[in-house]
Parts: sequence; C-alpha cells; structure tokens
Amino acid sequence: MLDTALWISLILFVAAILLNVYRLAVGPSLPDRILALDTMYVNSIGLIVLFCIWLNSKTYFEAALLIAMLGFISTVAVSKYLLRGDIIE
Amino acid sequence: MIGFYTVMEAVIAFFLVAGGTFALIGSLGLARLQDFYMRLHGPSKTTTLGVGCSLIGSMIYFSLTNHTLSLQELLITIFLFVTAPVSAHMLAKCALHQKLPHHDRTQGHPEEFDEELEDPDTGTPSSTPAP
Repeated sequence: MLDTALWISLILFVAAILLNVYRLAVGPSLPDRILALDTMYVNSIGLIVLFCIWLNSKTYFEAALLIAMLGFISTVAVSKYLLRGDIIE
Repeated sequence: MIGFYTVMEAVIAFFLVAGGTFALIGSLGLARLQDFYMRLHGPSKTTTLGVGCSLIGSMIYFSLTNHTLSLQELLITIFLFVTAPVSAHMLAKCALHQKLPHHDRTQGHPEEFDEELEDPDTGTPSSTPAP
C-alpha cells in the first residue's frame, strides 16, 4: 500500500513541477516567473521527502532544509531588488 | 483484527497522496488563473499545505521505523509555514509596485491602482521613496 501511495504521490508532484515549468516559460511578467521558481523550490522539497521514504534513509533531509532556506532567501532578495532597485540599502 | 502497523501504513499513505494532490492543485492554480493577484493564492497556501502533509507523513514513517521521534521534518515544516506568507507578501508588494494589470473580477482597490489615473509627473508617491 505504501509503495502504491509513493508512486501516486510521485506522479502528482512531477505533474505539479511540469505546470510550474510551463508558468516559468510562459509567464507574462517578472513576478510570475519569481513565483513559479518559488513554487518549484517547494515542490522539489516534496520530491526529496518522497525520495527519502523510498530509500528509507534520512540522509537527504539536510538537502531539503538547505533548499527551503535558499529558496526563501533568493525569493526575498529578487523581489526586494525589483521593489527598490537595490538589495541592501 | 487489523494490526497497528497496517493502520499506520494507511495513515501514511493517506498523508502522502493528500500532499501530492494539494501540491498539484496549487500548481494548477498557478498555471490556470487569470491575473497575478489570483495566481498568488495557489502556491502560497495550497502548495505549502501539500508539502506540509507529505512531511507529516514522512515524520510518522520515520518515527515508526526508527522507534524514535524524528523532528527534522517538523523543522522543515515549521520553516516552510513561516516563510511562505513572507515571500507571498514580498511578491504582492512587488507586483503592486510594478502596477501589473488586474482582471475585472479581482476585488479590492489598493492605493497603487488609483495613482495611475493621476499625472505621474506631479510627484513621487509617498509609499516608495527614492533610494
């Protein structure tokens, strides 16, 4: 049962990442693309968690934590740059 | 009599499938909705909930297989739930600053929308001082 649930959830997350890639390529404005990149970070954390359950090891949770921190920092930095024209005033 | 591990396996499977479904719904909202202010709702709420469901499922799984309480997933979950509203707020401020076009059915009239009716040379708006 857990194997089937892993496969279903994997397919759903990959479809979500493909929709984000569509919005990243099409997106009419710059905040749309930033939002699509931020959503791709969050969905890749979900993929890493599924990979950890599949491998039955907790090795990659540090990678998930790093992706969460770097995704947040980069989103805030790029939107601050668009908002003010400068990151650190 | 259904065993304890079978019930917990069903709970983990439910959390994983619910997490994937919520993530897909959020990304579908990102791809399908009409203007940026509508598109901001999907990833900032639904995708965060989906990844939170997956992390709770994995927390139950590793707590049962290792016979210890595993708290790394709880750290990632709390970090995601704290940072998602902050980044959504920054993106909304950025979109209002750039005066992105909005759909007719988008409700609310922030003051940034009214300033485009005025003459842009009469002065800089007070909310965005010059650096």
